[in-house]
Amino acid sequence: MAGEDIALMAHLMRRAGFGAGREELEARAARGYEQTVEDLLDPQEEPWDKYEFLRLHPEFTRAVTLPGMGACNWLHAMIATKRPLEEKMVLLWHHIFATGQSKVDHYNVMNAQIEMFRENALGNYRDFLVAVAKDPAMIYWLDNNENHADAVNENWGRELLELFSMGVGNYTEVDVRECSRAFTGWTIAKMPPRLYGRYDWEFEYLPDDHDNGEKTFLGHTGNFDGEDVIDIICAHPATARFVARHLYNFFVADEAQVPAWSVTPPKDSEAIETLAQAFTESKYDIKAVLRVLFNSDFFKNARFTKIKSPTEVVVGTLRFVGGFEFPAPGIGNMARQPGYMGQDILNPPSVEGWHTGVEWINSGALMKRINYASGMLGEVDRPGIQSIIRNLQRHGDLSPDDFVDGCLDLIGPLEVSEETRQELVEHAADEGPLAWGSPEAGSASTQRVGEMLKLIASVAEYQYC
Amino acid sequence: MTTTKKDPVLVVLQLSGGNDYLNTIIPYTDPIYRDVRPTVAIPEDEIIPLEGDLGLHPSMGLIKDIYDQNNLAIIHGVGYPDSPRSHFRSMDIWHTCEPDKNGEEGWLGLAARELDPNKDNIVTTVSFGYTLFRALVSPGVPVACVDDLDTYGLLTDVQEQEQRAKILNRFSRIYSPAVGSDVVTDYLRSTGLEAMNGADILKVATEKYSSTVEYADTNIAQKLKGMAKVHLAGLGTRIFYCDQMGFDTHANQPGVHAGLWTDVSQAITDFFADLREHDAADNVVMLLFTEFGRRVADNGSGTDHGAGGVAFAIGDAVKGGQYGEYPSRKPEDLQQGDLVPNLDYRGMYSTILEDWLGLDAKPIVKGAYEKPAFL
Repeated sequence: MAGEDIALMAHLMRRAGFGAGREELEARAARGYEQTVEDLLDPQEEPWDKYEFLRLHPEFTRAVTLPGMGACNWLHAMIATKRPLEEKMVLLWHHIFATGQSKVDHYNVMNAQIEMFRENALGNYRDFLVAVAKDPAMIYWLDNNENHADAVNENWGRELLELFSMGVGNYTEVDVRECSRAFTGWTIAKMPPRLYGRYDWEFEYLPDDHDNGEKTFLGHTGNFDGEDVIDIICAHPATARFVARHLYNFFVADEAQVPAWSVTPPKDSEAIETLAQAFTESKYDIKAVLRVLFNSDFFKNARFTKIKSPTEVVVGTLRFVGGFEFPAPGIGNMARQPGYMGQDILNPPSVEGWHTGVEWINSGALMKRINYASGMLGEVDRPGIQSIIRNLQRHGDLSPDDFVDGCLDLIGPLEVSEETRQELVEHAADEGPLAWGSPEAGSASTQRVGEMLKLIASVAEYQYC
Repeated sequence: MTTTKKDPVLVVLQLSGGNDYLNTIIPYTDPIYRDVRPTVAIPEDEIIPLEGDLGLHPSMGLIKDIYDQNNLAIIHGVGYPDSPRSHFRSMDIWHTCEPDKNGEEGWLGLAARELDPNKDNIVTTVSFGYTLFRALVSPGVPVACVDDLDTYGLLTDVQEQEQRAKILNRFSRIYSPAVGSDVVTDYLRSTGLEAMNGADILKVATEKYSSTVEYADTNIAQKLKGMAKVHLAGLGTRIFYCDQMGFDTHANQPGVHAGLWTDVSQAITDFFADLREHDAADNVVMLLFTEFGRRVADNGSGTDHGAGGVAFAIGDAVKGGQYGEYPSRKPEDLQQGDLVPNLDYRGMYSTILEDWLGLDAKPIVKGAYEKPAFL
């Protein structure tokens, strides 16, 4: 049975990545917890072999336009990356700076945005906001290309304050207007060459379309442009708390939905203050905040308290069963799976992103989550499942109790209620001990392991991470 | 002659993103309309005249037909005081009737609890789409969330009958209520059982369905078709819910808004035609609402977030006509450039709850509000 260090490492890797198999957990545990946090924050490995992916899937050199298919490159990155935290952060930023193909209708600029998220994933939040404000997909998504000196469009200005930095209740309608004015003239231009009938887009600043008048924003007055406004926003204490709460919500425990933050206090105000302080003291360095977060007791004690997002279900399952690091056929089908569970990646329902936590769960979504995970874990030829079988075999014939405990251990270790465990043991007991003595017995036992893992993947506890 | 009274059914179609009131029900004789909307004002010769000084968006011809049949109520100036102009906060307020705090329970979740207090029917509420709308949420109240009726089922990859029966039996034991588990796990357990049992019930809806109505291949039409299937199968569903996204028309409004209303108008028309063909329309009322109207003046391409909006009720039981008053567009009457709502949405909900579903509205909408008498 796994020791406490393996259980804690499994927790870190589920949250700061997409989970890990037993061998990886043992290797990381040998380096120690704090060192693993540093390894994750400052990865030296090449993330994945992009050229190998494109050699085998040349159609993704430029994203294809079929619904759902544009996310294939990113999904493959999540499955194959050796920098799990970096890719997990990209997912967080996609939750926050939620931009949707439904309107942008241009997967290349969507994928360019994901690449920009990756470059800034563990960087400085102030610089990141500037990059987001200049991101072509974002500009088009929130209509900043229609934000003119003589006709202000408030869409980007409002969401920058409401969803990307401070939250409702920390600014007035006048601030929204003044903020929007500062971003007039920040637009997009077509970028030659034109391939497959579409130009890509790049950021363009049009000085003639910028409102150079004086603006009064959050009590400051001056001839501000967008970068000035972002400086004022970042220095405001509401921004530190807002970013801290996002990080807490994503990595530690499910909070109320973002729109309710103005009227609902955080679950753990002390934790939010700790993170906000790290944010302010480090001058908005995301890495510094995460270092505090992952080494905190409130993080270490939060095991199995969050509901997995659909992307975590799909990527976690694929990484666990293994065999997908090498670009495999069927990537399109895989990329669409999170959407069937309520998280169509690269296509959030709105700029608010997805409602997370328990709101991931409804009868239809739960059904899809169970069907997918149990389907994959029941495939006994997959390398990750073969590894579990070898591990169980090492202990010889197993009683129903040991069989179930072994599977629960190797799949996580996963903590389940005593009632659930009893049901699993009864299910195992129907066919007696797990025996490996003969080829026939081995083959039957292999199938039984597959069925047991299938059942474990369908229990309520499996929905947590 | 049978006198079996059919239970009243409510269908909600949520127009997500903030439908533009002024370009839906158009005050086209008001000079202010044209003055402040140089880009998005609809040309007068394209507007479908309604009554007096109001007209409908040109894409709403089919909605006009419903109006002419006296089956459409237009509910003017709906909203609530101090619009936050945030989609998400506003939608929460519409869903939960809690403008001052984070409401956990939806108005229709509470209604469903009253309609089926003993949870005799786990498909009392059926929602179409991938997400569960907060309007439907209430602890312990089951909601079947369906995207595609044809593939709705649990552990469908286990095909061998005996093995399937065995594993589903174990599943139902694992998911049965346990003492001492936390609220989220309880929710997972009850949802798991509802998924398993709901799939069993709903599969007959597709099996039984046949119709001459051909729905369009649009998202909203397919959702309404799914509802028609479930309604026509007689499974006792009382509340249906779905949404049409895309009404957040900050930019390129004319084309986008026209396309949305074309799809929505056609889908609604086909839905009611389908129900009528099966003599099943008379006990259905449909509500259309949005989280807020949009700003009175345009922004050169579209319109920004506003306040007061318009809602619709459709059905044989609806007393057709217009309710409430169109709020004034005069600059001195606006708040931050927006129409001031003059009819509380909770009053509109109360009409539906009391005069259609037969429930006491006060505990659900948390108060007594003036009810527009469209039912």
